Amino acid sequence: MICEKCKKDEATVHLTQVVDDEVKKLHFCESCAKDSGVDTNGGSSITDFFLGSGDTPNPTAAVEVGQEVGQEVVALVCPHCNLSRVDFKKGGRLGCMHCYEIFSDELEPLVRAMHHADRHIGKRPSRLSKSVLMEEALFRLQEELVRAVAEENFEEAARLRDEISKHQETLSTVISDEDKGAIE
Amino acid sequence: MIDLDELLNRPSAWLTVEKESDIVVSSRIRLARNLRAFHFPGWGGEEACSQVWATLKPILTDVKAMPGCLSMEMNDINQLDKMVLFERHLISRELSEKGKGSGLVVALDEQMSVMVNEEDHLRIQVINPGLELIEAWERIDALDSEIEARVDYAYDPRLGYLTACPSNVGTGMRASVMVHVPALVLLEEISPIIKGLGKIGLAVRGLGGEGSDASGNMFQISNQITLGEEEMQVVGNLHEIVREIVEHEKNARKRLMQKKGIIVRDHVGRAYGILSNAHILSSKDALDMISGLRLGVDLGLLPGLTPSVLDELTLLIRPGHLQKIETKLLKVRERDVSRAKLVRSKLADIAK
Ligand SMILES: [Zn+2]
Ligand SMILES: [Zn+2]
Repeated sequence: MICEKCKKDEATVHLTQVVDDEVKKLHFCESCAKDSGVDTNGGSSITDFFLGSGDTPNPTAAVEVGQEVGQEVVALVCPHCNLSRVDFKKGGRLGCMHCYEIFSDELEPLVRAMHHADRHIGKRPSRLSKSVLMEEALFRLQEELVRAVAEENFEEAARLRDEISKHQETLSTVISDEDKGAIE
Repeated sequence: MIDLDELLNRPSAWLTVEKESDIVVSSRIRLARNLRAFHFPGWGGEEACSQVWATLKPILTDVKAMPGCLSMEMNDINQLDKMVLFERHLISRELSEKGKGSGLVVALDEQMSVMVNEEDHLRIQVINPGLELIEAWERIDALDSEIEARVDYAYDPRLGYLTACPSNVGTGMRASVMVHVPALVLLEEISPIIKGLGKIGLAVRGLGGEGSDASGNMFQISNQITLGEEEMQVVGNLHEIVREIVEHEKNARKRLMQKKGIIVRDHVGRAYGILSNAHILSSKDALDMISGLRLGVDLGLLPGLTPSVLDELTLLIRPGHLQKIETKLLKVRERDVSRAKLVRSKLADIAK
């Protein structure tokens, strides 16, 4: 496979990036990968990267790095706190609240096995940010949608689907506004 | 104003409250909470922990639920005081091994406390004497709400309160009850009960908490599941189950007295005799014999002694407390001698 940046050298670094829920696969040669922020200085630094000590190329998305040995996914790092999957497996503790989202693929079955449930009921903070409140509403709408589809109420389902997509749009602007607010 | 030394040189205030319950020693609830803006303590490092401590300390020392509380950072507490705080269930082993940026805020009655930067940013705790789980929940809920009005907690609409370990996610609540069940132990009826509790998602541990054996016939029963069940439901279930265990224990005591009354009297009498006269007492022996006295008190065989005196004694004979009383570090054998002296004098005082 040829590097997709310089289109010259053999691609030896394979990245899976998750940007806005879209999975992108990138194939770079060593030097182009380095230019993109992935430090591939020898085998050991790749290991460092897996372990979370390397820099994350895209700070807004989780990054998975696989080497050309057949494994698709070798490591996943939380862009907010730099905790890697390996760190989590070693210590059993997460690094920050965002890790729940980043590592959701393996956390979900784990949480379900521990608690025989996957949804919180009970106390909630009286003071919640706008985005969390909107996520709550979105979550309810998604549940209604599942129910409507199960009941073959397709008219209702279509209406809910539209409402959900509108909601998602507003939510993403609210989140980016809140992030801006946090930086300022 | 009271300082740490004064606080630790008297037994926990709530222990000396006269209570009706003889089988249930205490009810405890703790809540795990984290701040949105910071990495979890174990991952954030000392720098982040210090910021969290600086954020939380002024809030926690100002909440109405804990007037005049004490606050202290772990690096300011000596090893012996840490042991004493641990024995009083105010700090965990994990917290005691931490330094700057991790700390404790504790109300003067020691019933309410908050560990800062243990496994989570906040570990809020309420202990009540006897079987008072529902009251404990009401108190901790109020304290938590007061804190939550002033900080932004890490919360997710699906998963609830987000914690460093996924085993606490959801309510972040662990409710536990300490029970004294000597008759069930003597009649060898405790193992099937422990197994049954495990099957319905409850954990059973010995006196010292995690990983310790059941010295003194004391067991701590707590919920494991924190996701998918409302707090009041968890607390209510545990309350009902503990009441059932209390009934089992009462029933076992009745049968014991009917069939083996003389053996029970002998057991209680020997415990009293040894505790009143021994000059060397190991921790385990002392706890087991205090359990005998407790049974005697409950059965009306030892007039003059009260459950609260025995609760106090159970606390004072632990290594940290003994050394605090003697104001110096003691080797194991020295502790056994000092323990025997303390127990002898307490019992002699009461006999007067
Ligand atoms: Zn290239
Ligand atoms: Zn993270």
